[in-house]
Amino acid sequence: MTMNGIVGYGAYLPSWRLQRSAITSALGSGGGLGARSVASHDEDTTSMGVEAGRRLLAAAPHGYAAGLLSFATTAPAYVDKTNATALHAALGLAAEVPAFDAVGAVRSGVGAAWMAQAAGGIAVLSDMRTGRPGSADEAGGGDAAVALAFGSDDVLAEVVGSASVSAEFTDRWRTPGEPYSQQWEERFGEHAYAPLAEQAVTAALKSAGVTADELDHVVVTGTHARAVKAAVKSIGARTEALADDLTAEVGNTGTAHWALVLCDVLDRADAGQLIAVVVLADGCDVWLLRTTDALAARRPPTTVRDAIAATRDDLAYPLFLTWRGFLKREPPRRPEPERPAAPPSLRTDDWKYAFVGSRDERGFVHLPPSRVSMASGEIDHMEPVCMADVPATIATFTVDRLAYSLSAPVVAAVIDFDGGGRFQCELTDVDPVTVAIGDRVQMTFRRLYTAGGIHNYFWKARPLPAEPTDTED
Amino acid sequence: MASHGIRDSVAIVGMGCTTFGEHWDRSTDDLLVDASSDALASAGVALDDVDAFWLGTMGSGLSGLTLSRPLKIDHKPVTHVENYCATGSEAFRNACYAVASGAYDVVMAIGVEKLKDSGYSGLALTAPANDGTGLTVTAPASFSFLAPAYAKKYGVDPDEMKDVMTRIAWKNHRNGALNPRAQFRKEVSKETIACSPLVAGPLGIFDCSGVSDGSAAAIIVRSEDAHRYSDHPVFVKALSFIAGPATGPIDPSYDYTTFTEVVRSAEDAYQQAGIADPRAELAMAEVHDCFTPTELVLMEDLGFAERGFAWKEVLAGTYDLDGELPVNPDGGLKSFGHPIGASGLRMLFECWTQLRGEAGDRQIGTIGNGKRKALTHNLGGAPGACVSFVSVVGDELDA
Repeated sequence: MTMNGIVGYGAYLPSWRLQRSAITSALGSGGGLGARSVASHDEDTTSMGVEAGRRLLAAAPHGYAAGLLSFATTAPAYVDKTNATALHAALGLAAEVPAFDAVGAVRSGVGAAWMAQAAGGIAVLSDMRTGRPGSADEAGGGDAAVALAFGSDDVLAEVVGSASVSAEFTDRWRTPGEPYSQQWEERFGEHAYAPLAEQAVTAALKSAGVTADELDHVVVTGTHARAVKAAVKSIGARTEALADDLTAEVGNTGTAHWALVLCDVLDRADAGQLIAVVVLADGCDVWLLRTTDALAARRPPTTVRDAIAATRDDLAYPLFLTWRGFLKREPPRRPEPERPAAPPSLRTDDWKYAFVGSRDERGFVHLPPSRVSMASGEIDHMEPVCMADVPATIATFTVDRLAYSLSAPVVAAVIDFDGGGRFQCELTDVDPVTVAIGDRVQMTFRRLYTAGGIHNYFWKARPLPAEPTDTED
Repeated sequence: MASHGIRDSVAIVGMGCTTFGEHWDRSTDDLLVDASSDALASAGVALDDVDAFWLGTMGSGLSGLTLSRPLKIDHKPVTHVENYCATGSEAFRNACYAVASGAYDVVMAIGVEKLKDSGYSGLALTAPANDGTGLTVTAPASFSFLAPAYAKKYGVDPDEMKDVMTRIAWKNHRNGALNPRAQFRKEVSKETIACSPLVAGPLGIFDCSGVSDGSAAAIIVRSEDAHRYSDHPVFVKALSFIAGPATGPIDPSYDYTTFTEVVRSAEDAYQQAGIADPRAELAMAEVHDCFTPTELVLMEDLGFAERGFAWKEVLAGTYDLDGELPVNPDGGLKSFGHPIGASGLRMLFECWTQLRGEAGDRQIGTIGNGKRKALTHNLGGAPGACVSFVSVVGDELDA
């Protein structure tokens, strides 16, 4: 059996973007044109990865069984401890599915995809990129996550060729613990990457028996903007084949970036088209993909462009700096949260990570899961029920200006799920001024807070995009 | 469910209550010594005359040693009681039962809380080790769920709702201004209340009870012995305590406009006390006004107003000091703050004071008009998941 291509994809963009002009007006320098995507204060690469994975699984072929889960990021929530296991738990994957991290370097994203392709599994590439205030990296970076599923059945983009070239040189680097990376003089990187790109692209085209002018879509991304531009020229593809690299609207999203641009291409590519993916990071990796008839039917309902259009791009720069930890703000005079304890967290893994409650024999949903039915009093007559994908409606809510949060005020709500089940939780990505009883929400996986070095992952609700409906009160 | 009550079996023959406030210069021990000494003096007994003790505190100490150590109690039973914000009332309830059972002749119920030493705004609780999935909103946020839900259900527009909440705070501060033991002893204008900075939802700072230190105590004996200790004892008519199943936050049928636990404990208490029409029969009520919407909803849950009409009664002044049924004549949690373990006994202290005609400037007219029963109410937890306590006391034995 050959695992010969991509069988599903899902991209996640956080709800916020920062206009680069906001940097310029605050600092008098830096910034630029366009906007960059920004993970919210309660998101990290793990939580965004879960969101991308959920979007992928919703669009994956029926009955798709992942052979592996690989997770790549330059901004891991943990080291020593595997981050992929949190995604594994949240996505409800079977215990037998191995979960591995590939973290640290931007190139790890390619490595994670290689692993997933080889094993017929899922690669989740998730990143948060930043730089010192006023830097090019701050303005040019972006936050996003992409999940790609590989397999041999129901392939929507077949891998028809590939090549990889590695090289050791110092262009971009960061020592562990540093919040930003450094780069050598720009012209040096261009010099170092040019021959690597040429070698890898040539080899990949040869392996597939095609020429550059046959390429319908060309995706070129990397850690070095000038080198990427130079490589685009040297490939020799038709101008109209060059994909928008999304840096103007989203920024460079690190490990996830090539995959994000690929998702955007897959969102609109026709069947039978040839796509080249070229990644410049400590060498050059090239994939050649040919789309199939299956693509049209299995695109996620929300395209990358839809997701960009749905963001809010009026994020204030001071809030961005606060979220990134560059601006230490006065906390409320309240106790800091306690760290979540490991034993109870293990006991409630399905609840905490996959949002699985219990449903009694009469259909009453209990959130969190309960052994005793609130309706009948029966003990242990329950079945598990996953509520992560069920939409809900706000029954009542409050704006808590006293509670501890990196981004006060906290908005909390009581929500009633479609088909039954009530839950009290925090709302996120919500405007405290406009939130109202009756608003529609969906669940989202977030990092609630970090205490004692332990990240507390759990679920919040966020506004569901408006549905075309009557405006009856 | 049987709930027989102990109507008129036991009596309060002495009470003590410290001033409530920011007692930077007094420790938990000091507050316990002061409240217990006043209660003993009020009953005309010595510490050695007390057979057993019930101590209510949620966070100011553990075990009976919290009381026996500062008072140097000589090898006697001291029970530590905790039941959220009803902690002080629970100490009282269990002490009453001990006397009614015949186990002891003279007992003390005492509550204390030292909140100001924590350095935080509002209450700060420590939860047992957990998985981090519980909602960590503050108490004002939990209770602020009531306001929009109530307003929506009964068609009260948001500005009107704010007026109702403001009037509750205004009334309680007005009463507290007349009380030398209150933490806040100033009237506060409606404008100041309405324009105070928002804490949670529509709740401003003045919609929230304060944070204070305090202690209060009661001496309890069998009713037949009461006149040996006091020429004006106060008899216990009803004691009801209910812990709900805490299903509000998971049950879509709960609408955040009522505390079912309060409804049930009030029904139980009225049945024990033989009260058919609480609004007509009670001279006064001390209720748990932790936040202004709480007091509003309690007026309906305790049977002081028809469902959906309490907001109109509040605006009409029904619960004012000179109203038909004065509520929180001592100023309530609003004026006293809420030192958890002490609050329930502080409420009883006001009933004791009013029934005995010792309330001075704030003495209510309903008692002079022949109403001789008073109610106290506490709740702890949050809407949909709480504990509730209701007592009825009176200074006449029923026939």
